[in-house]
Amino acid sequence: MTEVRVGPALAPARWSAVCDYDDLPPERGTCALVEGRQIALFRTHDGSLYALANRDPFSGANVLARGIVGSRGGVPTVASPMYKQVFDLATGRCLDDPAVAVATYGVRVSGNRVQVART
Amino acid sequence: MTDHLVVTGHGPAAYRLVEAVRERDTENRWRITVLGEEPRPAYDRVALTSYLTEGADLAYPAHDERVTLRTGDRVAAIDRAGRTVTTEAGLTLRYDALVLATGSVPFVPPVPGAENALVYRTIEDLDAVRERVARPGRAAGVVIGGGLLGLEAARAVQGLGAETHIVEMAPWLMSRQLDEGGGAMLRRHIEALGLRVHTGAMLERVEPGAVHLAGGTVLAADVVVFSAGVRPRDELARAAGLATGPRGGVVVDDSCRTQDPHVFAIGECASVDGQVYGLVGPCFSMAEVVADRLLGGAARFTGADLSTQLKLMGVDVASFGDPDADALNVSYTDPIAGTYKRLVISDDAQTLLGGILVGDASGYPTLRAYVGASLPAPPEQILFGGTEAVGGSVPDATMICSCNNVHAGAIRSAINGEGHTDLPAVKACTRAGTGCGSCVPLVKRLLDEELTAAGVEVSRALCEHFDHSRAELFDIVRVRGITTFSRLVAEHGRGRGCDICKPVVASILASLGNGHILDGEQGGLQDTNDHFLANLQKNGTYSVVPRVPGGEITPAKLIVIGEVAREFGLYTKITGAQRIDMFGARVEQLPLIWKRLTDAGFESGHAYGKALRTVKSCVGSTWCRYGVQDSAAMAIRLELRYRGLRAPHKIKSAVSGCARECAEAQSKDFGVIATEHGWNLYLGGNGGMRPRHADLFATDLDEESLIRYIDRFLMFYVRTADRLQRTAAWIESLDGGMDYLREVIVADRLGICAELDAAMARHVEDYTDEWRATLEDPARLRRFVSFVNAPGTPDPTIAFEPERDQIKPVLLEVVTP
Repeated sequence: MTEVRVGPALAPARWSAVCDYDDLPPERGTCALVEGRQIALFRTHDGSLYALANRDPFSGANVLARGIVGSRGGVPTVASPMYKQVFDLATGRCLDDPAVAVATYGVRVSGNRVQVART
Repeated sequence: MTDHLVVTGHGPAAYRLVEAVRERDTENRWRITVLGEEPRPAYDRVALTSYLTEGADLAYPAHDERVTLRTGDRVAAIDRAGRTVTTEAGLTLRYDALVLATGSVPFVPPVPGAENALVYRTIEDLDAVRERVARPGRAAGVVIGGGLLGLEAARAVQGLGAETHIVEMAPWLMSRQLDEGGGAMLRRHIEALGLRVHTGAMLERVEPGAVHLAGGTVLAADVVVFSAGVRPRDELARAAGLATGPRGGVVVDDSCRTQDPHVFAIGECASVDGQVYGLVGPCFSMAEVVADRLLGGAARFTGADLSTQLKLMGVDVASFGDPDADALNVSYTDPIAGTYKRLVISDDAQTLLGGILVGDASGYPTLRAYVGASLPAPPEQILFGGTEAVGGSVPDATMICSCNNVHAGAIRSAINGEGHTDLPAVKACTRAGTGCGSCVPLVKRLLDEELTAAGVEVSRALCEHFDHSRAELFDIVRVRGITTFSRLVAEHGRGRGCDICKPVVASILASLGNGHILDGEQGGLQDTNDHFLANLQKNGTYSVVPRVPGGEITPAKLIVIGEVAREFGLYTKITGAQRIDMFGARVEQLPLIWKRLTDAGFESGHAYGKALRTVKSCVGSTWCRYGVQDSAAMAIRLELRYRGLRAPHKIKSAVSGCARECAEAQSKDFGVIATEHGWNLYLGGNGGMRPRHADLFATDLDEESLIRYIDRFLMFYVRTADRLQRTAAWIESLDGGMDYLREVIVADRLGICAELDAAMARHVEDYTDEWRATLEDPARLRRFVSFVNAPGTPDPTIAFEPERDQIKPVLLEVVTP
């Protein structure tokens, strides 16, 4: 048998179900704990889901899921509730300080279950 | 072929010179070398005290790459014939132009023991003062010198925790700037702050631990700071054979050139017409003159405006123009308000020559601008009425910013000529307001005047999603009966909102009574504090404040708070608003904590909301020997009436039972003070960053009139103020101010009083305790978990450590981009 080794970027995602889609309030964040990682899940106005690391890099506190969801120039965003820096939900990039970004995670809905990609 | 400019010294004047040359030298004619004796590059010496009191970083931005800066080395000798300087470290540099900017040294009087004392000029000096005061058990300081710098130093020494004495040889404080009346008023303020002042006092000697004055007075002193003036550092110039002035300083002409055409002197080491300047404004002007000359210009230094304004320990002091001019004096002393004002006017009573303001210097920027011009209003009107009495526009030639030598005309041309339309742009373009900052209100006024005259509309858009101001949105929501953000943004805005407009709309919807703030779409609009009905703290936990109306609480309820805090391991602190704050609660603990509190009869204190916080009170006539009305009962009545009212910003209030004002009602948004005949109502006070005393709105009111006026005041504020605008700023922004407000509230000039009354009646009727309503509804409670997939699990990154028998958060790691 031949063993194929792949790098992390190529590794097939393993998905963890965290909650029902209806558990996510519209235009607000929710936090899930996946293998010890805190992941902030966001459901935007059009029903799309996004997942970011919950840790706010500017304060170090795990609070991004508690920020206000909105948009800036058409980009879906969340504003940290601590010092109000705004992050792009799709890329994790901080729009107020381009040198800073938070990790993003894969998220999908299967049936009515919300699944987060583990890496 | 470039020329070499050598600058000796790197203080503010040298820094300004180098920047001014680099700005004008577009053809790169000059290569610049700066030799500074201090171990660090130039910093903002004017703000020195903030380094001690706030740990401020005073460094100026670095020069560009055409400037070579050598710190920690100084020029030891000048060879004028060979046009070279040699530094102490042995470096020899040839120059085409040499600028002496060696500044000055603190004057230390030749008394025995003076060598044990400290001075107050450099960051190193300040570090030494701090070290001396910080030694355990040592806490007495003496500052020699009651002038501008001495008072600054005394403030800093006191701020470090030392009991501080000021010793001044002259008969009153700040004798160079103030007259006797002004000095006496300043002394009252300073003594009220706990400083001890000795004027007309001769220093005899300094001993370890003590200062001896003539006449036998001995002051304990663990630290002695000399701040009794400065002496120009001209020894280098003198050794090089350059002439020095009668008060010291290198003699220069009006181009700041010494007798040697290749050598200039600027700042505190220069002597112009026998005069040595210590204020930063003239020093900067000299720097600009030399920069201009080095590039072929013909600028001249023609003396300087010696006006100063400063805030000493919270006391405004200003002197402008020539307050010693031999002319007409009009002065006014108000010992109750603690103000002293004096105007000096030409003999024909037409021209303002100068003046002194102590205790209230709000008129300074405007009055200074009128020096040399005809009086804008009768003197008594200016003295009593302040700047509002001073209407009209200042002439173009009047100096607005004396730190940077900017006239009104330059500001007008930045606005009209170069098209700058906001304050930061005008400041950047003209440099006005970038020195001490005291003229910024005047710059703003000029800007507003010019923009209004040009018909430019100032944008009042809330954010990128709405072109409307908060007040306009309020009317849209109210008149059209809109109840959701989605409809409002679809019909009157764009995009999906943000952390600015969503909380504003949430507040408007709540003010208009749209049910529980967490229900339906409203919940998603709330800032995290309103969303969890608690106050977010730096480690992601929350604090909890139950309402304690009027600050009155039963022993049984006190015990409940203690038990809850102990059981949940919370840090407790008494707030400034007569309540108790409990810190360190995780989101999943909040409902459990509030279950206990509501069962004991507590309600939400709305500490998390832009809403009425508290109505503080003194104990009042029931117990107090001096009270004339029952202030505690009135405070409770008011707090229960307005609790839960959502507003553009938080609202604070207090009720005092007599004129002694123990509840500090005049620092509140609405304050009530009892009189023999009823109640006086004060509006628009503020504590915090920009303190403002409330203005007296109405006197001797009966209870019903008092409440009616407050109802209307609050509802009018809720409807018309900007986002995050406290009542103080709101009233200032009203055209007509307090008089206009009186017309709206008392005389019903807008015909809306019935509407305002009805709106408040509805609020009172509809009030329910947010926390009780939350606990009763499982849907509202669902959000109180740390993790959607592990509801019982607390956030594992939250940790505490002990401090003074309570908890404190373990510091979290943050990014440093």
